[in-house]
Amino acid sequence: MSAPTPRTPPDPDVPLLEVRGLEVTFSTGGGPVQAVRGADLTVYPGQSVAIVGESGSGKSTTAHAVVDLLPGTGKVTGGSIRFAGREVVGLGRREVEALRGDQIGLVPQDPMSNLNPVWRIGSQVEEALRANGFRGSRAQRRARVAELLAEAGLPEAAQRATMYPHEFSGGMRQRALIAIALAARPRLLIADEPTSALDVTVQRQILDHLDVLTDELGTAVLFITHDLGLAAERAEHLVVMYRGQVVESGPARAILADPQHPYTRRLVTSAPSLSSRRIQVAHARGEEPVDDLLARHADEPAAPRDEVVVASHLTKVFRTRGRGARATGFTAVDDVSFTLTRGRTLALVGESGSGKSTAANMVLGLLEPTAGTVLFDGQDVGGLSRREQLAFRRRIQPVFQNPYGSLDPQYSVYRSLEEPLRLHRVGDRAAREARVRDLLDMVALPQDVMRRFPAELSGGQRQRVAVARALALEPEVVVLDEAVSALDVLVQAQVLDLLAGLQRELGLAYLFITHDLAVVRQIADSVVVMREGKVVEHAPTDDVFDAPRERYTRDLLAAIPGAGLVLPAGS
Amino acid sequence: MRWYIGRRVLQVIPVFLGATLLLYALVFLRPGDPVLALGGERGLPEAVQEQIRAEFHLDEPFLVQYLLYLKGIVTLDLGVTFTGREVTEVIAQALPVTFQLALMALLIEAVLGVGFGLLAGMRKGGLFDSSVLVLSLLVIAVPTFVVGFVLQIVVGVQLGWLPITAGRDPDVVSLLMPATVLAATSFAYVLRLTRTSVQESLSADFVRTARAKGLSRAQVTGRHVLRNSLIPVVTFLGADLGALMGGAIVTEGIFNIHGVGGTLFDAITRGENVTVVSLTTVLVLVYIVANLAVDLLYAALDPRIRYA
Repeated sequence: MSAPTPRTPPDPDVPLLEVRGLEVTFSTGGGPVQAVRGADLTVYPGQSVAIVGESGSGKSTTAHAVVDLLPGTGKVTGGSIRFAGREVVGLGRREVEALRGDQIGLVPQDPMSNLNPVWRIGSQVEEALRANGFRGSRAQRRARVAELLAEAGLPEAAQRATMYPHEFSGGMRQRALIAIALAARPRLLIADEPTSALDVTVQRQILDHLDVLTDELGTAVLFITHDLGLAAERAEHLVVMYRGQVVESGPARAILADPQHPYTRRLVTSAPSLSSRRIQVAHARGEEPVDDLLARHADEPAAPRDEVVVASHLTKVFRTRGRGARATGFTAVDDVSFTLTRGRTLALVGESGSGKSTAANMVLGLLEPTAGTVLFDGQDVGGLSRREQLAFRRRIQPVFQNPYGSLDPQYSVYRSLEEPLRLHRVGDRAAREARVRDLLDMVALPQDVMRRFPAELSGGQRQRVAVARALALEPEVVVLDEAVSALDVLVQAQVLDLLAGLQRELGLAYLFITHDLAVVRQIADSVVVMREGKVVEHAPTDDVFDAPRERYTRDLLAAIPGAGLVLPAGS
Repeated sequence: MRWYIGRRVLQVIPVFLGATLLLYALVFLRPGDPVLALGGERGLPEAVQEQIRAEFHLDEPFLVQYLLYLKGIVTLDLGVTFTGREVTEVIAQALPVTFQLALMALLIEAVLGVGFGLLAGMRKGGLFDSSVLVLSLLVIAVPTFVVGFVLQIVVGVQLGWLPITAGRDPDVVSLLMPATVLAATSFAYVLRLTRTSVQESLSADFVRTARAKGLSRAQVTGRHVLRNSLIPVVTFLGADLGALMGGAIVTEGIFNIHGVGGTLFDAITRGENVTVVSLTTVLVLVYIVANLAVDLLYAALDPRIRYA
């Protein structure tokens, strides 16, 4: 409840956006829920401000309240929002519509879902022009659309404007969304996690571009992000939100150097992009670093007991669609070899399209390799009979990225956890129930979660359930495919801690697939960097971070948000 | 795209052959002798029976009959019915009425279903939404003939707005009531489908983005909600055209329309194989064409669907 300490010197300018005591309430079946409780926020013309907080902190809600785009039953129930001196709360529909686009632009979070799949990119940009009073002939409008797209960093813009969203990559879509948001030259741009769905290198390019663009146009930017590193790097002023309240605000550097509120301090220490320290539990095994053992090439004869998964010369060629001779192969994974040792974590790192998930699916036996083999405990995964396959599945379990998608919404948590036990005929009813309770304990979830459904859990809780389900059959290997990528930093840190603890207790081997190098540093013993299906670098984690051999690895490292920031000691 | 249409049209040939063969076999295997039935109580002299059998090739084996039938189709000469009318003429008389009726019903259910569904979806949980939902349930639950009779009494007899029956060579006005009755059940389904689909679209991220651009509510609804919501509805409507044509028999009975339903029923009871198979095949073809149209419309509505 401590009042935010204003640290910005009084600005002579009139604030562009002034939020005072904002309260937003959602009415739910269980009564009203206050999502924002008295938030204060000021953005001056041309200034860049970032709201930082975990999901549920009210940061996005605050931003959406500014443009009156609160989802569902959300309503502003108190406080004021003044834009350029004018009260926005309580404005009529048409007046708000006049404000949107024209005065305040919005770059939404997920580029995949924010463009209408049935309209051409160009026409979606054009809409933004026409809605905000751009009058001109068809040709003029088209030219302007191309200009805007080019300005947002899309090459061959005129031609690309005639394409549909599904023909664009995520980065291209986000550029189109930026073009839309800036089409009418708004004075304020709200960027709601604008790049969290993108690869780090793309993320960096887009944010750099956005920086330059808003600088040139003199647009004020309000960033919404969960990533403190990114916020500190991109904004002059930070506003930290926690449970609907602003707990701290001030210049970015000052907050990083000397966080006042306990929550901010936690945020600073657990931001993966800022922390160079690996999770202690994972490392406090008191053993010799066996990392170099891992780096050893896969086809060397080795003690089979320790090496639980040996992938050698894995190659996967997908046949692309096309008629006759035009059907060509696409090599998703190209001669990839690695070894996973019991009780250790191997990270497969790369951007989307690097083939890391394909490699993981081959290890899981879900995809058949075109060439090469996967040996699981000395046995070839490819040559298993049906019965052997079932037994194999017990010993290696996956956890996928999206806990919303990988848990059946119709299944209670109990049913989700009990299902693998039932399928593999483990114990009787009572034994299975006891096991489910154990599993919930293991992932630090309360017992009453059992009766709940995925929709009633938070993202972090859901991922814990997914981890518990993977552990139900006491596997030896867990494949974690972007398992923490969708989670907030603090929750991410908790889940990583949990994984590290479980590894120590149960001697699990993790195959950790991620695009996020910052997380790798926290959990992995050794790293395989992949690019376009090939292994670029394969080394112990510390070597990769301290002395990356390959240029691509260095690029990836440089792209971690906040990598350039030097944190003062004490974090 | 042209390749795709060409291939789909070529696919009609095996479907046509398969459908006719199957139908012919079913009719052929049906118990009972149509010639004996023709004679009624007194029976026909042996010689006359033989003559009729020879004339309609009923004495030939199944395959020969079928091939003769195919030949008839190719030469556009399907022969005559037992009563001496040209089969092609019978079809030509029955089909247009039913086709008109089905198209009118399709139009009614599409316009009203999508319209009401859109309004209900946009005002989820409101009074309009709730009452429309209850109404649609009622329409689904009440059988067609009840709706038909009630409309006949209320709109036809008491209010006198529309003719009670259609009769021979009906015009658009006299088909209005039967078309409404025929459309009723599907209308309820279209409404519910649209409503759900609209609700889904409304919560889509791209709709919020569209609003953030500064588009007015009407623009957002027209460009971003409606078009995206229509995709599943179109599938339903396409499949429904076939069902409407074949399923009009009850409605045609109530309103005394001499369409496909009645003609088919008569032909089946009389055992006029050629008429039965031909009419049914026409229905199969309508179904195929409607589905092709749906698939093409699909691509027009959703550019992510590509044909190769």
